Amino acid sequence: MTDTLIKTDGLTVEFPIGRGLFKKQMLTAVDNVSVEIEDGSFFGLVGESGSGKTTFGRALLKAAPISSGTATYSDGDVTYDLGDLKGAELTDYRKRAQLIFQDPYAALSPRMTVRDIIAEPLEVMGLTKSRAETDERVREIAARCRLNLEHLRRFPHAFSGGQRQRISIARALVSGPRFVVADESVAALDVSIQADVLNLLKQIQAEMGLTFLFISHDLSVVAHTCDHVAVMYLGRLVETAPTRRIFAAPRHPYTKALFSAIPSLDPDDRGNSQKLIGEIPSPTNQPSGCKFHTRCPHVIDKCRRVEPVLEADGDHDVACHRWKELLETVPA
Amino acid sequence: MSALIEVQNLTLKFKTDEGLITAVEDVSFSLSKGEVMGLVGESGSGKSVTAKALMNLNASNAVYTPESKITLHTDNGPVDVLSLKKPSEQKIIRGGAISMIFQEPMASFAPAISIGKQMIEQLQLHGDMSRKQAREISVEMLDRVGISDAAKRIDQYAFELSGGMRQRAMIAMALSTSPALLIADEPTTALDVTIQAQVIDLMKDLVNEFHMGIIFITHDLGVVAQTADRVNVMYLGRLIEEGPVREVIRNAKHPYTQGLLAALPKLEDLDAPLTPVPGDIPSPLDRPPGCVFHTRCSKVVGPECSSVMPQERRVADDHDVACHIYNPELVGQ
Repeated sequence: MTDTLIKTDGLTVEFPIGRGLFKKQMLTAVDNVSVEIEDGSFFGLVGESGSGKTTFGRALLKAAPISSGTATYSDGDVTYDLGDLKGAELTDYRKRAQLIFQDPYAALSPRMTVRDIIAEPLEVMGLTKSRAETDERVREIAARCRLNLEHLRRFPHAFSGGQRQRISIARALVSGPRFVVADESVAALDVSIQADVLNLLKQIQAEMGLTFLFISHDLSVVAHTCDHVAVMYLGRLVETAPTRRIFAAPRHPYTKALFSAIPSLDPDDRGNSQKLIGEIPSPTNQPSGCKFHTRCPHVIDKCRRVEPVLEADGDHDVACHRWKELLETVPA
Repeated sequence: MSALIEVQNLTLKFKTDEGLITAVEDVSFSLSKGEVMGLVGESGSGKSVTAKALMNLNASNAVYTPESKITLHTDNGPVDVLSLKKPSEQKIIRGGAISMIFQEPMASFAPAISIGKQMIEQLQLHGDMSRKQAREISVEMLDRVGISDAAKRIDQYAFELSGGMRQRAMIAMALSTSPALLIADEPTTALDVTIQAQVIDLMKDLVNEFHMGIIFITHDLGVVAQTADRVNVMYLGRLIEEGPVREVIRNAKHPYTQGLLAALPKLEDLDAPLTPVPGDIPSPLDRPPGCVFHTRCSKVVGPECSSVMPQERRVADDHDVACHIYNPELVGQ
C-alpha cells in the first residue's frame, strides 16, 4: 500500500484575458482535474501544446493560481492545502517541491559559476549555516548528478546541452525536495543525450525516493520512464492509467490518435495510421460537450451536447461516451 | 535518374575569434530528381550548415576550401553554386531553383507584413508576372497545402495562424516558385505529434505531385523512416554513413548510427533499457584526431581509430560507411 503524495480534486486554473466592457473574460487552462500521484512514483502527463499540462504542473508548485478545486500535498511530516498556502508554510513547501525546466540554455544564468547556480537555492532558503556546509551539499548533489567536481568553478557556456541539464537537475534537487515537476526536461536534448538524462532521473528517483511529475509531449519517452500516465486535452483529463495498461490498450480516441501519430521507425509502415484532422481548438473558444468532438473520428450527436465524465474502471479511467462500445467494434 | 545537385569534397570552416572552426569536412553526396534524402545528425553535426551551403547562405565568415564544389543542374545547364557572388546571380538558386523551409515558421515570416504580400513579393521577384497572377498562384498554393478559405487567409498575418497552419503556409510559399530542390530544415520539430503527422503526409503528397528533390534535415530517425528514400548520417561535420533508408535503419553499420537507434525509446518493448551514446559531442574547437567519433565509440579496433580518418567503404549494395571496423586490413585477419 503506497501513500498518495499529491491529490487534486476538481483542480481548475483560470486566467483573465483582455478587458471586456462589462466583465472580465476568463480562459480556463486547467478544467476540473482530479488525480492522485503516489509517493515514490514517476507520473507522466501527456498532451499537445495548449492542453494545460504545464499549467497543471505549475499549479501544483503554487506558481499558477488555483481558481477552484483543491490540491493537497501530504508527505507524512506535513499536509498542505496548496490553495491557501502562504507565509512560512509556503517557504517550507518550496523546499519540498521543485521544478526542472525544459531549456537548459535559458534556465542557467550565464554570469554565475556552476557552484553558485547549484548553491543559490540553499542560500535563498537559508538551509545551510556556513559556506563549508553549502559547499559540501553542492559537491554531494553534483556527484550524484554525475557532474565533474572540477567543473563547479566554470560558467554554463562551457557545457553541452546534456551537461547543462544535469546542472539544472542538481540545482532542483539540492534543497532535498520530495516532489519534482520535470517540464519537458529532455525535449531540447539530442537523442543520444536524452537517454542518458532519463536514466539519471530514474536512478536519482530510486536512490532518493522522489516523486516525479514528468510532463512531456513525447509518448515514447513517457512509456519508458513513467509508472502512470495521464492524458490531457484542452484542460481536461481524458484518460489515466498505469503505463502498461494505457500503452497496451488505449481507450480514448485522442490517446489512440496520439499513439498512431508517432512516426514509426519501420520504413515500410508508412501512412496506414489513423491521422487526426484539424488542430486543438483555442481555449478561448472551447467546443461544447466533449472537447475532443471536433476532431474525433467516432463522434456521435451526444458528444456535441454532453460532456463525458471520467469513468473509473479499476485503475484505468477514461472520459468518453463511447469507449466501451469502441472497445468491441474498433481494434486498438 | 539524372543528378539534381552534386556536392563534392565540401569543407567549410568559420573564422571566429577563437580561430578557424571546421563545421563540415570533406562531405560528398548527390541527389536525383524526385528523390527524398534524409540528412540526420545531432546538434553540432553540421547538417544545417551543409544545407545552407547548397544555397550559398552561410555567413560572410564562412571559408570554403578550394576543393569544395557544389554543382546544381538546372534546365539551363550546370551552375557552380559556390562561385556565385552577385545578388542577381544568387537569385537563380535562392528561392528560384532551391527553396528552403525552416524549423520555426513564426521566425521565418515577417511579422508586420501579411502572408499574401510576402508570397506575392517573392513570386514577382522570381518570375515575370502581374500582381494579380501572383496572388492567384499564391491562393492556389495555400489551398493545395490544406489551408481552408485560402482567399481570405492570404491577407492574414503570421501571428493569426496556428503553428501547423504557419508551417503549411511556409511550405506553400516555398513551393510556389516551383523549385527543383526543396531543403526542409527540421520542418516538423516545433510541431505537435498529431500536426507533425499531417505535415509529413502533406510533404509526401507534394513530392509525388511536383516531383522535386527534397533534402529533409532532422534529428528524428522516425521522421526519416517515414519520409526519406536515402539517409545520410553526419557526425561532427563528417558524413559517416549513407545508404537507402531501409538498409540504414534495419542494418545500421556505423557504431554511431547503431548508438542513435539504440538510444531511441521503443514502444514495442517498454522493458528494454535506454542505452545512451556515452559522453558528449566534442566541441568543434576541439575536434578529435582520426575518426571524429572515436572518443565516444565502444567498438574502437586499434590505434588507427584515433589517428587515421576512416574512408567511406561499400559494405552492402549502395550502402557506404566510414569506419575502420570494415577495413579488412585492420580487423578480421
